[in-house]
Amino acid sequence: MRLTKLLERVLSAIPVAIGVAVLAFMFLRFLPGDPVEIMLGETQVTQQQIDSLRNQLNLDKPLITQLALFLAGVLRGDLGVSFVKNAPVVKLIADTLPATIELTMATVLVAILIALPVGIISALRAGSIVDRSVLSGALVGVSMPAFWFGLLLILLFAVELKLFPTSGRIAATMVVDRTTGFMLIDTLLAKDLRAFGVALKHLVLPAITLGVVFAAVLARVIRASMLEVLSKDFVTTARAKGLREWSVIIKHALRNALIPALTVTGLQFGELLGGNMIVETIFAWPGLGRLVVSSIFARDYVVVQAAVMLYALTYVAANLVVDALYTLLNPRISL
Amino acid sequence: MKRVKQLIATPLGSVSAAVITLYVLMAIFAPLIAPYGPEATSLGQRLQPPSAQHWFGTDSLGRDILSRTIYGARVSLLIGVVTVAITATFGTVLGALGGYYRGAFDAVVGRFTELLLAFPYLIFAIGMMAFLGPGFANLVMALSLKGWVEFYRLARGQTLDQAEREYVEASRALGQRHSRTLFREVIPNILPATVVLGTLRVGYFMVLEASLSFLGVGIPPNIPAWGSMISDGRGVLFIAWWVSTIPGIALLILVLAINLLGERLQEIYDPRSKSRQRFRRVNRSKAATVTSTTEEAA
Repeated sequence: MRLTKLLERVLSAIPVAIGVAVLAFMFLRFLPGDPVEIMLGETQVTQQQIDSLRNQLNLDKPLITQLALFLAGVLRGDLGVSFVKNAPVVKLIADTLPATIELTMATVLVAILIALPVGIISALRAGSIVDRSVLSGALVGVSMPAFWFGLLLILLFAVELKLFPTSGRIAATMVVDRTTGFMLIDTLLAKDLRAFGVALKHLVLPAITLGVVFAAVLARVIRASMLEVLSKDFVTTARAKGLREWSVIIKHALRNALIPALTVTGLQFGELLGGNMIVETIFAWPGLGRLVVSSIFARDYVVVQAAVMLYALTYVAANLVVDALYTLLNPRISL
Repeated sequence: MKRVKQLIATPLGSVSAAVITLYVLMAIFAPLIAPYGPEATSLGQRLQPPSAQHWFGTDSLGRDILSRTIYGARVSLLIGVVTVAITATFGTVLGALGGYYRGAFDAVVGRFTELLLAFPYLIFAIGMMAFLGPGFANLVMALSLKGWVEFYRLARGQTLDQAEREYVEASRALGQRHSRTLFREVIPNILPATVVLGTLRVGYFMVLEASLSFLGVGIPPNIPAWGSMISDGRGVLFIAWWVSTIPGIALLILVLAINLLGERLQEIYDPRSKSRQRFRRVNRSKAATVTSTTEEAA
């Protein structure tokens, strides 16, 4: 029963995914200017070169045909060829995606490690000095531009204290065989513990930059939903049963309080991906975000289009996962 | 007037209102306040640390950071306020129409907003700006094309709720046309929530603008903006900390004040948000009493 519901939910995401693909396709076409001219910029080109690029990008065909070709390509896993880097877009994305996933997972980990204890303590001591400082701190975190915070961290931990490196995923002198593309896993597979440590150190500052900003949002939500749940009858009942306080808080209250937090995580996922772009740019992290930013400046239209679509599809998928996790956390909600 | 008094009734409310006023005055009277011209370069004075002459130091072209920071307030405030004015008006009207009349048009717009929401804001805006080119009008356009969605969703939800109320029925029974009922009765009632969201969005758009200018696709480089100033300091971070730090602090203080003001407005317009918390606290202590008594009994 629950499985069919889950399947229905997955199926309902399909039209959204198609819509997202169509919108990503339309996105750059509705902007003023001829994409080919924008791409070629001021360089001296012959009409023949313009025509051949236009033909290569299918821009000489009617819009509806272009769209059909684009969607058919997406289904085949063919996102076109980057004319700047002269490589298939799928390969470019596959090369950079692991770095971004690694950074995103580290970011979420940092955010949870900060927000969970802070949010719970803040809710338990609502109105106290601790609570007030948490709320003020969270508001500062929400108001702070992530890229500026990243620069401050570089200033403090890299320039002054010389504790962490400021760019890349691993020291330039180290060679690690690429197996999975995940630096932490690859260094372990190579049984190179020193490289693993170096890779971990490279991860610290970018993950903290975005993790702290994200934790500010998350801590506020966890605090608010913990407050809500703590006043519920089942918590009173659990306490009345004589359960230990931590068991009441963790097993009974927190489990229910996590549901709103999960929703926010899903909704904030887009912000997280966007923030990743900036952080990857600052820390020269060779991920998808940096690829997109450099492609935008190189006017590499094909890569931008594919990446915009990929980001949006990731957002749709993330919210699908969040919906599925609902059931795990709260058996009363059936999908 | 009553609202303003309520707004500044708490210390945080009055401080944030004062800070915002100060920034607005600073932006308006920038030519009178700034000790130097924002573009006045002085190659003999490159990368000077903060001193009596240059309070916040100078950048790599010898420009005075304090003066540029004062001028930078103009860009941030203008972008924030103009973008919110456009997105709030468009989104609220569309949302109210959708929530009131519903129907096919509402369903189509609803689906479309779901799609728009799937695109991360920053990526959406960077992508657009890269092809539109830096510029004030382009920036407002890139931010507005997606920014109206939150206002639309808020207004639609609120209107759906309001449309069931008795006063709407009364207005209709008195022979008012639908359009008049909507614009004269319903929309004024959903405005408070829009004002709260609008305030918070001013800060959000400012941070977005700074992010885009930081990447070089926001405000053109010849206009002083905090985002591009922070970016200028990136290259000299190791030798001149003040170039990036100062404009970032200016932005942080302003956005913080705006967010505090937004929260204060929320408390005024939605008093439940505060009393609810108080109620919870009472409940909690009651629960604690129950626990302690049972523990004693055990």
